[in-house]
Amino acid sequence: MNKENLKISESKNPPLEGREVFPGEIKELPGGGIVLSKLDDIINWARSNSLWPLTFATSCCGIEMMSTAGAKYDFSRFGFEVARATPRQADVIIIAGTIVNKMAPVLKRLYDQMADPKYVIAMGACAISGGPFFYNTYSVVKGADHVIPVDVYVAGCPPRPEALLHSLITLQQKIKSGMTREQIKVHKESTKG
Amino acid sequence: MTNEELKIKLAEILPTATIEEAAEIGPGWITVNVEPIEWLAFAQQLRKEEALHFNFLFCLTCIDWKTHLTMVYHLRSTIFHHNIVVKAKLDRDKPAIETVSHIWRTAEFHEREVYEMFGVDFLNHPDLRLLILPDGWEGKNPMRKDFEDPVNMIRL
Repeated sequence: MNKENLKISESKNPPLEGREVFPGEIKELPGGGIVLSKLDDIINWARSNSLWPLTFATSCCGIEMMSTAGAKYDFSRFGFEVARATPRQADVIIIAGTIVNKMAPVLKRLYDQMADPKYVIAMGACAISGGPFFYNTYSVVKGADHVIPVDVYVAGCPPRPEALLHSLITLQQKIKSGMTREQIKVHKESTKG
Repeated sequence: MTNEELKIKLAEILPTATIEEAAEIGPGWITVNVEPIEWLAFAQQLRKEEALHFNFLFCLTCIDWKTHLTMVYHLRSTIFHHNIVVKAKLDRDKPAIETVSHIWRTAEFHEREVYEMFGVDFLNHPDLRLLILPDGWEGKNPMRKDFEDPVNMIRL
């Protein structure tokens, strides 16, 4: 199939905003249809719909995260149901709470132990910037992005479960939109030299 | 034992102490101000005296008043259900007081925390070293009012 045909089919079936769509188009043929897609898109689609969060909560945001996991908000509707107690099985780390200087190496180690591709959500004011209360102290890291790279920031103290759900869906859209952080890094290095 | 009876009993044990009923921390709280040198003998009596039987040290902390430090001990009897607060004024430059960790075992950890946060030297403590702070923090006491950390803190 050449590029012109693809363009035509895209304009016929514009992606529905806010609706889960399988990446690719249906090519109608006599006797049925076939789905045309890129393997990268399908991989991203699969990844984004099965993100396993790490059970990692350092303060009160953790209570909101538990609430989000509970029956009322239930983030398993979006593919986050399997919270893992080990970083080796987790895909996303939700930093729910204050990171102190003593916790920073632990967070770094947990992140390093996670398998690629891995994603990070900074939940709440403490994880974003040190927090509204304890930022001016000897012990608090002023933002978790001093330690590990962050994909999505959720503001709030603590953020409502709806906000966390929104951040998780935002992360899914981010995954679907292109390459992973590791792929971008490799891509940059290969184009540099 | 009622508070009035407690006051009489405490005055008998330690006549030099000043006893007051602090209204600001709620009714029923008797505050006993003791000298640091008298504290150990007084604590032993509080624990051993049949009628008092203070077997539960539920709070041990310190306050920095900029001019001096105050050690604060909250005691309770789980049999008679009476409470007292014991305070001891310490010199800010060289704070030292006897440990009570062999009377109330819980004091061991709490005194280590006060040691790292305020720099109070607990005499005869079995294991006086930093509790939460990482190595290298000896001598820097973050809960002192004049503590400064130019790397992590903005001066307000």
